Amino acid sequence: MDIKAFKDAHKLINEKTYALGTIDKGYTNRTLYVNLDNNEIKEKPVTPQMKEKFIGGKGFGLRLLWDAVKPETKWNDPENEIIIAPGPVAGITAYSGTGKSIVVSISPMTDIIIDSNVGGYFGPYLKFSGFDALEIQGKAAKDVIIFIDGINGKVTIEEAPEEPLDSHILANVLTKMYAADEKDYRNVAVVSAGSAADHCNIGMLNFSLFDLSRKEVRLKQAGRGGIGRVFRDKNIKAIVCRSPQPKGDMLNVVDMNSIKERGQKFNREMREFDDDQCEMRTKGTAHLVEIMNEYELLPTHNFKFGQHADIAKIDSKVWKEWFTPRASDACWYGCTMACAKTVEDFEVRTGPYKGRKVLVDGPEYETAAGVGSNIGVFNSEVILELNFYCDTYGLDTISFGTLTAFAMECWENGILNKERTGGLELCFGNSDAALELIHQMSRGEGFGLIAGQGIRKMKKYFADKGWGDIAFMNDIGMENKGLEYSQYISKESLAQQGGYAMTNKGPQHDEAWLIFMDKVNKQIPTFEDKAEALHYFPMFRTWFGLMGLCKLPWNDVEPANNAETDEPAKVPEHVDNYLTIFKAVTGRDIDNAEMIRQSERVYNFQRIFNIRMGKGLRAHDAQPYRAAGPVTKEEYLSLQKQYDGQLKDIIGIDPEGKSIDEKMAATRKFREDQYEKLLDAVYKRRGWTRGGVPTIEHLQDLGMDLPELIEVVKPLLEK
Amino acid sequence: MSQTITVNGDLLEWTEGMSVSDVLALKKYTFKMLVVKIDGQLIKKAIWPETVIPAGATVQVIHLMSGG
Repeated sequence: MDIKAFKDAHKLINEKTYALGTIDKGYTNRTLYVNLDNNEIKEKPVTPQMKEKFIGGKGFGLRLLWDAVKPETKWNDPENEIIIAPGPVAGITAYSGTGKSIVVSISPMTDIIIDSNVGGYFGPYLKFSGFDALEIQGKAAKDVIIFIDGINGKVTIEEAPEEPLDSHILANVLTKMYAADEKDYRNVAVVSAGSAADHCNIGMLNFSLFDLSRKEVRLKQAGRGGIGRVFRDKNIKAIVCRSPQPKGDMLNVVDMNSIKERGQKFNREMREFDDDQCEMRTKGTAHLVEIMNEYELLPTHNFKFGQHADIAKIDSKVWKEWFTPRASDACWYGCTMACAKTVEDFEVRTGPYKGRKVLVDGPEYETAAGVGSNIGVFNSEVILELNFYCDTYGLDTISFGTLTAFAMECWENGILNKERTGGLELCFGNSDAALELIHQMSRGEGFGLIAGQGIRKMKKYFADKGWGDIAFMNDIGMENKGLEYSQYISKESLAQQGGYAMTNKGPQHDEAWLIFMDKVNKQIPTFEDKAEALHYFPMFRTWFGLMGLCKLPWNDVEPANNAETDEPAKVPEHVDNYLTIFKAVTGRDIDNAEMIRQSERVYNFQRIFNIRMGKGLRAHDAQPYRAAGPVTKEEYLSLQKQYDGQLKDIIGIDPEGKSIDEKMAATRKFREDQYEKLLDAVYKRRGWTRGGVPTIEHLQDLGMDLPELIEVVKPLLEK
Repeated sequence: MSQTITVNGDLLEWTEGMSVSDVLALKKYTFKMLVVKIDGQLIKKAIWPETVIPAGATVQVIHLMSGG
């Protein structure tokens, strides 16, 4: 790679110098705005109301986006924005999991707000360079790089015509291009997408980090909801930030000793308990593969089944063999959970990088299940290759896996065939077909281009062509709000069905993962119990996104005495750590209740933002029946004893003498009715109407009765 | 007539000398982050193998969350 030639081809479009400023109690108190229509670069102040009501991170992203767009704005309109915001706590290094950012935009998948959390260095570096958020609006005429020079206080927009798009190359090139020297590589962070994000709505963003141990650039992903597609539609090739080198107290916190004390205690837990608990340090989230299989929660063949006989070929022992653990397996400095596992020197066997040895970031659990069991692939090398290509092409592994599984079930049912796919035999387990599909997405051609728009658009396309029954495709197409499901079977957990489909952005498990509480522990038997869980956990977990925190250190290791606490599922000691850290960074003393209210304010704001865009109501919280129960006879028969038993014991219908169709119909009627009752209970608990609209009284109670919110909900409440 | 215990709401046939570890194996509860209570009393992990469950007991095996 001739980096000098790439650099020489750059053309400066605009530049602006700025005073570097200081960070005060976690905040820089300003954001950076870049408009690619007119190349404007300016600073915006962070108002006291923003900090009070929206806190930071996702809250800032939503506030800025609301002010930037109109109710009718679409994802590819110039006024749509991409906002990256790290949150006030992001950037400390004395506690694990403190380097996250949230990316917010209008999604091409859902046409509503998407928020996607991501590790890597960009978020903290943005803050160290002087900004609490980066807000990008408009569309460039040609491919550009936005460079934030946090050393010299300068922001530039540069035309960048020559660099390749694929992230494993681009992030490396730009790290070297913008660093002062080799020692400075670690201080450069790159945000990029990939060649497939030019064509596919499932495009994602890669956030780089320079791995000091491996001397290589690595990538973490803001995967969900197609923000990579928005990024490339704006003709952004990359965003680069060069930061002062991280050191102890970059945030000018109020009380560093308290952060250190909690951090050291947490680090002891990791050292003493991780090997006997989740093994995050050696396996990452891939430790879950066989656990999910054992509990019949591992999606197999498009979520039809929860287990597979070949699990040993892709379980965590296999991944542990592939991984090369190093001290630098963290996506931010100071994280001792260090779950960002990596496969080194993996030889690619297909596509444009065939024969090359590459570094693969992952697979995490979601990827192993998504591009593995869910599409019937039980071959670790194929999973690694799909993982690598999804990352470098800029594709979300979760959506790729779930939509490929849907296409494979369509193939199985005659909705697709070789003629319709252009020769791809998309049957379950066909690795070559899955790999060719991903390469077609990169090239923007063939069936890959159709599939890359996501399940919702595929269903419409197939139905419009007369290829299949839309009702059946709606049942098996695992999407809600237009976003593909992440990788857990929710059929036997009503609470998790809500945890998926009652989310603001679509079915991602980062709001609530309640399957064990509900299905296995049977701790939340009533609708009110489930509603309480579907209030507390989504609000609690929203808080991580306000702060710039990773969720994993909260509950992927537990303190020694956690079992003795009143509510071990909440890991009370770790919650107390977070309250302590928030106070130690910002000086604001909050309790558990205020923590939840901070999230509620932002959560309800997002709900009303969706309503403002014509969605966000009860109808949009509907789920595909595959998420709730058996769609096909094959599924019913695979667990016939269980389903027959439920008919008799729970539904009150004697299955004796009934046909499979009759039993399936009765099961479906019951489960669909249960979900409607759950919606009622959850909406009531969340302070919403039966239609899913936040009430004015609830907004007043939260201190969120802002005029712009009342204006949106009032007409709906009067109906 | 056989005797039973209740494990997470489900009946399980009880056998003489049945330990907490036996129950976890029978139920295929392989997840590592578990809290076990017998009739509401916490049983620490270190003594699961030797803790015998009485007939008729109510056993809670609380799986904590992880992942995601």
